[in-house]
Amino acid sequence: MSETAYRIHGATGEWEVVIGLEVHAQITTHSKLFSGASTTFGAEPNAQVSLVDAAMPGMLPVPNRECIRQAVRTGMAIDAQINKWSRFDRKNYFYADLPQGYQISQLYHPIVGEGAIEIQLDDKNPENTKTIGVERIHVEQDAGKLMHDQHPTMSYVDLNRSGVALMEIVSRPDMRSPAEAGAYLSKLRTVLRYVGSCDGNMDQGSMRADVNVSVRRPGEPLGTRTETKNVNSVRFVMAVVEQEAKRQVGVIEDGGKIVQETRLYDPDRNETRSMRSKEDAHDYRYFPDPDLLPLVLDDAFVDECRASLPELPDAKRHRYETALGLSPYNAGVLTADVETARWFEHLLAESATKQGKREGEVAKQAANWLTSEFFGALNKLGKDLFSSPIGPEGAAGLLALIGNGTISGSIAKQVLEKMLETGDSADVIVDREGLKQTSDTGAIEAAVDAVLAANADKVEQYRGGKEALFGFFVGQTMKAMQGKGNPGLVNQVLKAKLG
Amino acid sequence: MSELTDLGIAAIRDGVATGTFTATEVAGAFNAAVAEAQPALNAFIVTTPDHALAAAARVDADRAAGKPLGTMAGVPIGMKDLFATKGVQTTAASHILEGFVPQYESTVSQKLWDAGAGMLGKLNLDQFAMGSSNETSAFGNVVSPWRREGDTAAIAPGGSSGGSSAAVAARLAPAATGTDTGGSIRQPAAFTGISGIKPTYGRCSRWGIVAFASSLDQAGPMARDVRDCAIMLEAMAGFDPKDSTSLDLPVPAWDAGLSPDLRGKKVGIPREYRVDGLDADVAKSWDDGIAWLKDAGAEIVDINLAHTKYALPAYYIIAPAEASSNLARYDGVRYGLRDLPDGAGLQDMYAATRAAGFGAEVKRRILIGTYVLSAGFYDAYYTQAQKVRTLIARDFKDAFQTVDVILAPTTPTAAFGLGEMVSDPLAMYLNDVFAVPASLAGLPAMSVPAGLNAQGLPLGLQIIGRPFDEQGVLNAGLAIEHRANFIARQEKWW
Repeated sequence: MSETAYRIHGATGEWEVVIGLEVHAQITTHSKLFSGASTTFGAEPNAQVSLVDAAMPGMLPVPNRECIRQAVRTGMAIDAQINKWSRFDRKNYFYADLPQGYQISQLYHPIVGEGAIEIQLDDKNPENTKTIGVERIHVEQDAGKLMHDQHPTMSYVDLNRSGVALMEIVSRPDMRSPAEAGAYLSKLRTVLRYVGSCDGNMDQGSMRADVNVSVRRPGEPLGTRTETKNVNSVRFVMAVVEQEAKRQVGVIEDGGKIVQETRLYDPDRNETRSMRSKEDAHDYRYFPDPDLLPLVLDDAFVDECRASLPELPDAKRHRYETALGLSPYNAGVLTADVETARWFEHLLAESATKQGKREGEVAKQAANWLTSEFFGALNKLGKDLFSSPIGPEGAAGLLALIGNGTISGSIAKQVLEKMLETGDSADVIVDREGLKQTSDTGAIEAAVDAVLAANADKVEQYRGGKEALFGFFVGQTMKAMQGKGNPGLVNQVLKAKLG
Repeated sequence: MSELTDLGIAAIRDGVATGTFTATEVAGAFNAAVAEAQPALNAFIVTTPDHALAAAARVDADRAAGKPLGTMAGVPIGMKDLFATKGVQTTAASHILEGFVPQYESTVSQKLWDAGAGMLGKLNLDQFAMGSSNETSAFGNVVSPWRREGDTAAIAPGGSSGGSSAAVAARLAPAATGTDTGGSIRQPAAFTGISGIKPTYGRCSRWGIVAFASSLDQAGPMARDVRDCAIMLEAMAGFDPKDSTSLDLPVPAWDAGLSPDLRGKKVGIPREYRVDGLDADVAKSWDDGIAWLKDAGAEIVDINLAHTKYALPAYYIIAPAEASSNLARYDGVRYGLRDLPDGAGLQDMYAATRAAGFGAEVKRRILIGTYVLSAGFYDAYYTQAQKVRTLIARDFKDAFQTVDVILAPTTPTAAFGLGEMVSDPLAMYLNDVFAVPASLAGLPAMSVPAGLNAQGLPLGLQIIGRPFDEQGVLNAGLAIEHRANFIARQEKWW
């Protein structure tokens, strides 16, 4: 790592950047953390507000078991300590989007303690990893939303998000470059989506990060950090780290001091701006919420959480490489998102059935086709796996035709295009368009003869030792046969005839 | 019909059931008494005669149809205006909630309606239940029906459930709900010569009760006698999944289990409650109580509750701390008062709304609570107070290894006059000195009338029990009631 370490090259020398992330992830549940109100995104303002969420007098919070369960499962997925005794605290401050006048959170006794996430620093080399510590995960309520565009002089309040369950996942200050911060956030998102505890939709606000950045001379103690709030994409997190580190180096090198403060990121200008400094920071007056008893998890609950965990991304990636024989690159791409992995495994099962083989025997074919041919074709159309007109069954049909020699790889490309265009199955297209591969030796020999006759000069050169021309003859023969010649047989016949 | 208002819960219920009178007649009699007394006593913030009559009509119809009747069937009661009542203004006696009409019914009030009770009105109280004299209400003082002998000066009904105590003592209601955070059922009961019990923390759901200090708030009944308290508490108590601190235990049959026979029981007398300069009449009534319980067969045991003197300071840290947070929701944004000066921003609106909406005592406690939770002070105050709370609970736990119940005065003095204490909040807080320890420990505790002091004002005796042992508390209360024979009542002057 040392020769590639990320450094800011300041006027006075090199600087190291130190990054920690606090990620807020909305827990995927139908109802809020302490009330039965719905959590669906995009409802009419204030359509999903219970008496509890609106903090009507005398209303009381009751913890939602499913939210607790998802937090515990998330903790297990990052191999973290699960605290069987935890407690909710109130974080007190006034704001119009906070009906209770306090947020119920967990400061002193979080439900999940120390854990870790392994990030890959290089797609091509899975051995190049780094472990990022996770200090804690706690559960807390989200606030509502102010709407400033509804009235010329008044602000409106939408409480739909008020009380929605969040996990706050706090990393150790273990990241040292924008790329590491980006990789950590991506990996965390992957894990959450595997576990099913958060949908990871950053554009809908389901996941957002507070980015803590400081700079120092390599090897020296930590510098003063700033916290840039509510950054909502991997790209922006990387940009924040880069811009904020540069800014801090500039300030220090100009003889200034970094103030511990909260900042905001402006993506349009790609810069961070001061929001409030420590001096006017809130005194949140945290204290244990007297409306709630300590949260005590029994063994049965914890066991169920563990038993319900799916195969996690690192394990799956490892299995793809070892049991399925996939390349590290393919294993990485196919496991980066749980839905992609599911799609692939569905394709694998269908392919094995259709081709009468074991999954391990069709895995490479399926993985290569998926990552090169299919992703490329979808990309051209501006689609992805989940908006594709072809599902895993349809794709398996196409792969089976390649596998059993009915069509060649190059014909398969045409068939795929037609499938995407028409939605018809590979079988139907191959039949209709007469694309079946020819294994008729007579037809191949006739085509080869014609090609050799038309290129007598090249035949001479080949026989004179220019063996590289073999590919040219193959290409010409296939062209003459509109790509339908069985490539193996074409090779065989050419070899024989060229002597 | 006037004698109907002399009847308590059991007598009314049984009379309605046997057809001696109708529930409608009872409701009418109490509605009339309420209307007549309201100008002088100001016990109610709003009266709801129609609610009482409608509930009575349902009971009379059910009886006529031969349907089974509830345990409170035909009993009209007063509802402390801290309980949210659907469609009926609920204010916590604060200007900040004036005009607020909940769209929901508190669990406890719903249980009472389900048991066949009706509502005479919403009872006045100290604002947000903060006070010991009912002088902090935004809707005016409640005047106790009691007067010192030969004097017409207005007497405090106690607080915070001062409307409840005055209404029951003046025969405006056979019973009323109260809530007790640091004595708010027991102290007003003692001041007005009635009975009241604060059950074990968690017995009654807090759902729909305007919160003061969540870890201490408990609802309970205030009534003429111990048996009525038992009947009404049975109707109010029970597990509520909507309150995380609610006790998931069956409700015992307290009424059926009543027995004044204390043979084999031990009664603890805490030395620390015999404070220097204890009022002579109060000391005498305590001695009377000891003698009565002995007479009922109990063995008297001196006990130590070593940390008693720290209870009041700890209480006045914990309760305001919780209150400062609980009352943050009254911000002018969603309901209740909004004071929005011209051109005001959000912070200005908060400041103006809360300045105009909260009374002085509420502001004082919000400030104290905010202070003790602040960075730099939290450990010195809040953490320390929580430690004291633990020690006080341990004192009780140790004592209950030996004794079954504890007997002490409810208050250090009889009722004071309105206006006599307002200028000295600390002296006012001292009124809770005997009530607060049981609150901090979450224990069941009740006050029963023990007699009159030299000036002719009632005195109460307090019985504190083990967690969940309301029965033991009620039984000791019953033993005192049988012997104190408290029949004194204020001649009607209102």
